[in-house]
Amino acid sequence: MAEVEKIKENLVYAKNRLLTNEVMHYCPGCSHGTIHKLIAEVIDEMGMEDKAVGISPVGCGVLAYNYIDCDWAESAHGRACAVATGIKRMAPDKMVFTYQGDGDLAAIGTGETIHACNRGENITIIYINNAIYGMTGGQMSPTTLVGQRTATTPQGRDVNLHGYPFKISEMAAMLDGTCYVTRQAVNSPANVRKAKKALRKAFEKPMKGQGLALIEFVSTCNSGWKMSPVAANQWMEENMFPEYPLGDLKERE
Amino acid sequence: MTEEMIIAGFGGQGVLSMGKILAYSGVMQDFEVSWMPAYGPEMRGGTANVTVVISDKPISSPISHQYDTAIILNQQSMDKFESMVRPGGILIYDTNGIVKHPTRKDIKIYTIDATEEAAKRGNTRLFNTMILGGYLKVRPVVTLDNVFQGLKKSLPERAWKTLPANEEAVRIGMDLIKEVK
Amino acid sequence: MKKEIKLMKGNEAIAEAAVRAGCDGYFGYPITPQTEVIETLMELRPWETTGMVVVQSESETASINMVYGAAACGHKAMTTSSSPGISLMGEGLSYIAGAELPCVVVNVQRGGPGLGTIQPSQADYFQATKAGGHGDFNMLVLAPNSVQEMYDFVGLGFELAFKYLNPVMILSDGVIGQMMEKVVVGDAVPRLTDEEIVEKYGDWALTGKKNRKRNVVTSLELEPLRQEKVNHKLQAKYQRMREEEVRYETIQCEDADYVMVAYGASARMSAKVVEMAREDGYKVGLLRPITLFPFPTEVLREMRDRVKGFLSVEMSAGQMKEDIQLAVGCDAVVENYGRYGGVVHTPGEIYEGLKEKLISKFE
Repeated sequence: MAEVEKIKENLVYAKNRLLTNEVMHYCPGCSHGTIHKLIAEVIDEMGMEDKAVGISPVGCGVLAYNYIDCDWAESAHGRACAVATGIKRMAPDKMVFTYQGDGDLAAIGTGETIHACNRGENITIIYINNAIYGMTGGQMSPTTLVGQRTATTPQGRDVNLHGYPFKISEMAAMLDGTCYVTRQAVNSPANVRKAKKALRKAFEKPMKGQGLALIEFVSTCNSGWKMSPVAANQWMEENMFPEYPLGDLKERE
Repeated sequence: MTEEMIIAGFGGQGVLSMGKILAYSGVMQDFEVSWMPAYGPEMRGGTANVTVVISDKPISSPISHQYDTAIILNQQSMDKFESMVRPGGILIYDTNGIVKHPTRKDIKIYTIDATEEAAKRGNTRLFNTMILGGYLKVRPVVTLDNVFQGLKKSLPERAWKTLPANEEAVRIGMDLIKEVK
Repeated sequence: MKKEIKLMKGNEAIAEAAVRAGCDGYFGYPITPQTEVIETLMELRPWETTGMVVVQSESETASINMVYGAAACGHKAMTTSSSPGISLMGEGLSYIAGAELPCVVVNVQRGGPGLGTIQPSQADYFQATKAGGHGDFNMLVLAPNSVQEMYDFVGLGFELAFKYLNPVMILSDGVIGQMMEKVVVGDAVPRLTDEEIVEKYGDWALTGKKNRKRNVVTSLELEPLRQEKVNHKLQAKYQRMREEEVRYETIQCEDADYVMVAYGASARMSAKVVEMAREDGYKVGLLRPITLFPFPTEVLREMRDRVKGFLSVEMSAGQMKEDIQLAVGCDAVVENYGRYGGVVHTPGEIYEGLKEKLISKFE
């Protein structure tokens, strides 16, 4: 830290103090790191580090509790929204958020997710959609694109066998219990700035008792997709964005 | 004193609530009580029964294979429970709908035509408290005073307006019951 | 002061006791024969008095995970269900045990396997005492045999759950859940504040990272050597339970030639069988385990040399029998009797079973 102090007058950028010094296990080029940074910054800027309680999923985000400096509970696969419900109902003053991938939230945890949305739990769901199971080595998830090759769809996702890409944000937006549903990405500086604003809103609205906020991040998994980070970003823009268009799906007071 | 009884009939006849009134009456009299219903879908339209035990000692089993008293309100229950009355015990039944009457000689058998009487009086809902009255006439295990208190306890406050009619029904039942010789 | 006496169903007693024990959150899903628990709570509206939260969840899976979240806040959280619902909770129970969280879970058992029947049963003994979920863990299992104990064990359950930071299961059955008996209602215990939780139980809960390092509630430890250490710690805790928490009741075992062993509803019927058998001149006693884990192994071991044989009485094909046999050894006579699959045995049937399976071997 002393070194940082010394050069402070020339400081143009520093890691947010709510990001711990733990070395992240995420692959280089993965979107998780940027999204973690945004979460840390928003919690810090809101002055909510004493009130924030995160629920980490099963999947690549399982160790999120090592990286963001607030209270955390690690949940069973898919159950984060039920765990968040238990916490929020016990402690309504806490800013409770889940951090979940598409395998966790949109496959095994669909029931818990949809019902938390429907009950209008005053929590924030941060949903990382990279269309693949990253941690187990790149298998098909419900959000995998038609034709997309994965370890379990080596010939590409076939709708006759596997159905269609699952749009959980669209479903959540339909439910009366949600107050804010938005889809963002962190592939460019402009999108990162937009996403940060959306994230702040997604944290603030449930704290006002307006219901559940869901923020989906369309993301890359360059390892799972077997691409370089740059190519993965490009592939996402060309293939994911048409299927999962960015922007607000719902906003209400 | 220990009284083990079964009340059995159709769901909707007030079998369970009759047992409940007795259990509450027992509590009023500082007795130990247990009330164990046969529960489930069979309550809805099918047969219903409840085992009630009232005792001045702690009750070991809330379930029995032999009863001091059986109150039988339909044929299916007669078929099932006549044989389960303890020798020297009591069987009380309403003759309405009974085609095969009890035949045991080693128990006391009583009839009470409460269905008919309640219909005559234009209030079939008093049927079960009449039966209760008849039972208390032949087995006064709890005082009438405690029964009336138990009745009140077992009803929600909104139903308290029916208390006088129910109390009268208990007295009518006491007159209705007849021993079969 | 005269204690308040109420007549209520076992399930209603659970609900009443939860409010009076200072429970903070109940999360449940309807299933026969225990649905009166959540119905009674919704009727009692404790959120208006003690502030206790009551949530009807979308599934038992959600219920137990809501309990996980609530318990992670250091609060007194509970759920209730019946056999098929408890199977769904297996995952959550394992996580709760792994993360060392306190909670109370009630199983009002019904007949299985599968959808089975809604009638009473005691066939979830193995599940409760040995296989509540994946991994090496144990729940502390209390077996009430009366409506009074249904009431009392909620408070006791929370006490033990927080003492050991471990899930406590109240293993009941459809008989005890549905029957009404007199209950002496205890004094209400107030709910604890966050500050009181920290003071009483330590600073591990998710109360917000204020003036301390962040707390993480997790059952994950990727490094096997460290996960083994976690397991050592858990095993030491279960051993402490075995040493400190065994609870049981004996009825006329002092001079008994034959000892029945029964818990829950079966213990009530068996108590009557003791009376019947003694009238006929047979020296019969009853051991009633009140804790199923830890099991009253020692007392059985002490009895084995002066008793001719044991009869396990359970509404199952004979699950607890295995623990009895383990306690007294293979060469001791242990038989079992029980109607099962939703059939409730009567004292008369048990007595016949006792004579046929045990007494006739010796007299």
